[in-house]
Amino acid sequence: MTAAFGAFWDEYRENWVAVIALAVVVVIVAAALLAPWITPQDPYDLANLDLMDARRPPGFVGSGGYEHWLGTDAQGRDLFSAIVYGLRISLQMGIAAGAVAMSIGALLGILAAHSGGKVETAIMRVVDLQLSFPAILLALVLVAVLGQGKVPLIIALVAAQYAYFARTAYGAATAERQKDYVEAARATPLPGRRVVFRHILPNCLPPLIVVGTVQVANAIALEATLSFLGLGLPPTEPSLGMLIANGFQYMMSGRTWISVYPGIALIVLIVAINVVGDQLRDQFNPRLRR
Amino acid sequence: MLGYIIQRLLQAAIVMLAMSALVFVGVYAIGNPIDVLISPDATQDIREQAIRHYGLDLPLWQQYLAFLGRLLRGDLGTSFVLNIPVTELVFSRLPATIELAFAAVLAGAFIGIPLGIYAGYRPRSPLSRGIMALSVLGFSVPTFWIGLILILTFAVNLGWLPAGNRGPTVEVLGIEWSFLTWEGLQFLILPALNLSLFKLAMMIRLSRAGTREVMLSDTVKFARAAGLSEITILRRHVLRLISIPLVTVFGLELGSTLAFAVVTETIFSWPGVGKLIIDSITSLDRPVMVGYLVLVAFLFVTINLIVDLTYALLDPRLRRGGRAA
Repeated sequence: MTAAFGAFWDEYRENWVAVIALAVVVVIVAAALLAPWITPQDPYDLANLDLMDARRPPGFVGSGGYEHWLGTDAQGRDLFSAIVYGLRISLQMGIAAGAVAMSIGALLGILAAHSGGKVETAIMRVVDLQLSFPAILLALVLVAVLGQGKVPLIIALVAAQYAYFARTAYGAATAERQKDYVEAARATPLPGRRVVFRHILPNCLPPLIVVGTVQVANAIALEATLSFLGLGLPPTEPSLGMLIANGFQYMMSGRTWISVYPGIALIVLIVAINVVGDQLRDQFNPRLRR
Repeated sequence: MLGYIIQRLLQAAIVMLAMSALVFVGVYAIGNPIDVLISPDATQDIREQAIRHYGLDLPLWQQYLAFLGRLLRGDLGTSFVLNIPVTELVFSRLPATIELAFAAVLAGAFIGIPLGIYAGYRPRSPLSRGIMALSVLGFSVPTFWIGLILILTFAVNLGWLPAGNRGPTVEVLGIEWSFLTWEGLQFLILPALNLSLFKLAMMIRLSRAGTREVMLSDTVKFARAAGLSEITILRRHVLRLISIPLVTVFGLELGSTLAFAVVTETIFSWPGVGKLIIDSITSLDRPVMVGYLVLVAFLFVTINLIVDLTYALLDPRLRRGGRAA
């Protein structure tokens, strides 16, 4: 297992862009985890905010006595602190939604492949139908129906994304189903459940991990989009999308930093995750094996 | 073949029915629209009159049956807020969205496919890596952010193009179009570009992946052995072999572009159906939401049906009923 991982890492290391992307992801996750210790201000604590400091350009030294090196937003929040806390929320939402969607999707996909017949047709029809329906619209409607807040948002993101995992797991499991080792496992008196979870599932993991990486990035982007449209999290806990939306109205008057810096943070995160996912996909794809 | 078509039509009808029920129940679970329609200090009489007028006092299933009956007659109800029939409202906004979506999808295909074929043909060249980097950006960066940057660059800083709204239009066949005059086209460029970046990235990736696989196939080996030039191989063989998935995606993407226009239209104040749905969500205008969603669902079921039937025409194995691959 360790040797396999070493070989995998050696191949990964060949692509230096992917290595940098991985480093960026690690740094951002660390910054999000350590947010209270590395930021000069708690942007959610209204007592810390002073409207005198609002909309100041980068480098301004505010009433707190420290330099706002990315400037401040319309409420006088230190933008750097707001961005780090925003990344924290974005990552929370993305990972939570991605994990739940992956569990539900993988289960449905493997169930469909394993049971066959009517169950298979029913599940995969629904999944295919959902895949043809744009995720953003579904999320939009669900958020509108369920209201604002973290849980409704995660439900909306999961509903919009589980189908990708179900398709992937189904594809992988149908391919595995025909292999000899599954046949052999079925011939033993093991219960079907054990065959599914101990034999088929582990072999479906690589494609699921690839899709999972990309879907976490997609969930983050979707959450930011919903927040930008004013349908995401409540304004007391601004995510990156809401910071960008708040800055949009000041952009025309030249105060571009309020939107631009949170946007850059968002994009660096999303692109880095996607690059890592891309590299994993290339490495897991047997058709591109040399 | 006829049996297959009937089977698919029935499936599509069932799906539409299920979707309309889901959408209806889902949307009618939101708060009480009466609070939005009448001022809080209205008398109880006015309140009850309004509730009866909009049929909100009936049980949900009765409201749904009434809704379904009206749906079959092509009547999607009347907007609570604007007091205009929903069908009329949606159709008055639809041309703007369709124009935007077509411009975006065409731009994506005509720029994306050649770039993607090149990237698949020379996967290790620096230009290909640049193209792939562009596609990663277009694929992963949220549409709204690209829209902001486009406005910031081309409207605020350079002042070349307008930052929003639709601008002047020309009426042809009773419908307003932007692309016929240079003035109108200027207003179309930024939103169309914004909306097309996602398709562009997708076209690049699909044609690259297709080209990479086809280049290793026997078809290309034999074509080379026959002495065909590389350009001819790419144009005559590779492009044809990768075009089936591209056409599918092109069709499907046209539908999702109409939906994704929600974001672009909001940023650029483009007066299409996307802006209409966001406005109706914020004002809890239920008939407009339900009407729009049912129309979109109908659009998607229709597109899926067409794609399925086209596949059946292309691949005889699928015609025998059974499960579609």
